[in-house]
Amino acid sequence: METSPESNATPVLERLLPDQPAVLGPGHTMGTVTDKITAIVLRRPMTLGWLGGFVIAFTMLNMLVLAVGYLFFKGVGIWGINIPVGWGFAIINFVWWVGIGHAGTLISAILLLLKQNWRNSINRFAEAMTLFAVACAGMFPLIHTGRPWLAYWLFPYPSSMGVWPQFRSPLVWDVFAVSTYATISALFWFIGLIPDLATFRDQAKNPWTKRIYGLLSMGWRGSARHWKRYESAYLLLAGLATPLVLSVHTVVSFDFAIAIVPGWHTTIFPPYFVAGAIYSGFAMVLVLAIPIRKFYGVEDMITLRHLDNSAKVMLATGLIVAYGYSMEAFFAYYSGNFWERFMFLNRATGPMSWAYVLLILFNILIPQLLWFRKVRMSPPMLFMVSVVVLVGMWLERFVIVVVSLTRDFLPSSWGTYTATRWDYMTFLGTLGLFFTAMLLFVRVMPSITIFEMRTMLPESKVQEEVAAHD
Amino acid sequence: MTEAPLYGLMAEFDNPTDLVQACKASYAAGYRRMDAYSPYPLEEAADAIGFHKTRVPLVVLCGGILGGTFAYLLQYWINVFSYPLNIGGRPLHSWPAFIVPTFELTILFAGIAAVVGMLGLNGLPQPYHPVFNNPRFSAATKDRFFLCIEAADPQFDRIQTQRFMESFNPRDVSEVAD
Repeated sequence: METSPESNATPVLERLLPDQPAVLGPGHTMGTVTDKITAIVLRRPMTLGWLGGFVIAFTMLNMLVLAVGYLFFKGVGIWGINIPVGWGFAIINFVWWVGIGHAGTLISAILLLLKQNWRNSINRFAEAMTLFAVACAGMFPLIHTGRPWLAYWLFPYPSSMGVWPQFRSPLVWDVFAVSTYATISALFWFIGLIPDLATFRDQAKNPWTKRIYGLLSMGWRGSARHWKRYESAYLLLAGLATPLVLSVHTVVSFDFAIAIVPGWHTTIFPPYFVAGAIYSGFAMVLVLAIPIRKFYGVEDMITLRHLDNSAKVMLATGLIVAYGYSMEAFFAYYSGNFWERFMFLNRATGPMSWAYVLLILFNILIPQLLWFRKVRMSPPMLFMVSVVVLVGMWLERFVIVVVSLTRDFLPSSWGTYTATRWDYMTFLGTLGLFFTAMLLFVRVMPSITIFEMRTMLPESKVQEEVAAHD
Repeated sequence: MTEAPLYGLMAEFDNPTDLVQACKASYAAGYRRMDAYSPYPLEEAADAIGFHKTRVPLVVLCGGILGGTFAYLLQYWINVFSYPLNIGGRPLHSWPAFIVPTFELTILFAGIAAVVGMLGLNGLPQPYHPVFNNPRFSAATKDRFFLCIEAADPQFDRIQTQRFMESFNPRDVSEVAD
């Protein structure tokens, strides 16, 4: 800890390069930080823009209800899946959504351990994003079984049938990884919320609002003893979530890595799935952060610095993903394995090569724009690149899941895949679920961690020298 | 006013430095039943009132060990005793495959222990607490800092303690009803 003997009048918490934007705009005090963030929920009336977004998202959510309702009625035959492509959109979407979830935990846990203070203003909604993305993801393994009402069979419980899950299968590992991830993310998010909910309780004017936030904040009163235990628990949770977040996508990638179908039989998957997850997660963080900071006027809290840093993380993880792709191509060539080589040639030049070409364009070529500071500093450009990356990462899973399965070892078992309208409706429907949840979250919960913003202010530090009161 | 049961006396400060100074002075004066309240984690305040160690890490460690042991033994028992499956003559106790669920349940149990342990040791959820009787206390979650010396402290004296607390130049010293 470095305590510089600067006067407390200059709000300098970090050394900035000449034209580097700060993490927190100037002129803030604990009071203004609190007021500004609580006002978004407690004082601001509902706007037409929010309502419009909510109507669109909620309509899409209803489409999901319709699509899933019909699925339960008819069965998975309404989807485009077939033999050999038994895993279609459902698993693509599952992997895509789980991947998006990773950025939230990365920001809240790993950046906390690395003492990256800039994370403080984006971690809360990134955690919410994680939670909702994992909720969207978790749906797919359930509904793709065709008999979702028997999903509890996945868990080891003493059943009268006398059977147990097969613990040597990555599909069972997945159940443990994803359910643990969902639980820990929810706990981490909720624990982070408690002190801010107490602030809401104390700032709310409406007695019912006060009561509800009071209930949720569990009677938090900011006692020094409580804070000490709180910090200890929060840090430990971060330490636990760090290996967890790296393990989740590793385990998801095992579904593909340890099979023997060409394209599903490769050791590079765990690291490049994790990098890809963080890549798409940060893209989603930017897709959410850029409109939130604009519409809610918090550009001095989610500053260009945050966008810049997130873009750099995207660039770095994108390059790891690019390395993964090139290694796949290299293995195909260098292994001398006929099936591997065929698999690669089929991806790049086969009937579904459009997906591979777009994937390289969206995931590798276009994001190279992020090398330019001008792009990283321009919210509209960054928004576009992020959307492109999200589409690219979806295509990556399409190539891995669908294109690999269409070309097995034997030409007699080859096939093709076309998604049906129910596939598209389900996918768009989960986007509706995600955005409905995010829009509600922004209206009822503090989307920026208030108490951590307070610690970023110079006035929050205890001055050691001051002894006498004059 | 003085007849009503008293929980303690509460001093209000507008910066963390004064709070920590007051905590240190009170601790030095022999007060023990007191607590500091701040709108964000203030390590120095906890140290100043003599609260140095938490048992949260121990709870988390126990949770993690419990989760890992449970997961491994469960898989061992299932695969070796309850439901042995011979797949290509591979050993029933195929431990590498058991690592993933063991790891996940270690994290799960440790994480739940962290949350439940922290809340439990803090005595939360607690819907009522006397400090909320002070109307000024709502600023404790915004930008004010409070020190409360409880009437239950053996050294507590209604007049002496108030005089002592006023010597810190707080913004306000007020009684907190129980």
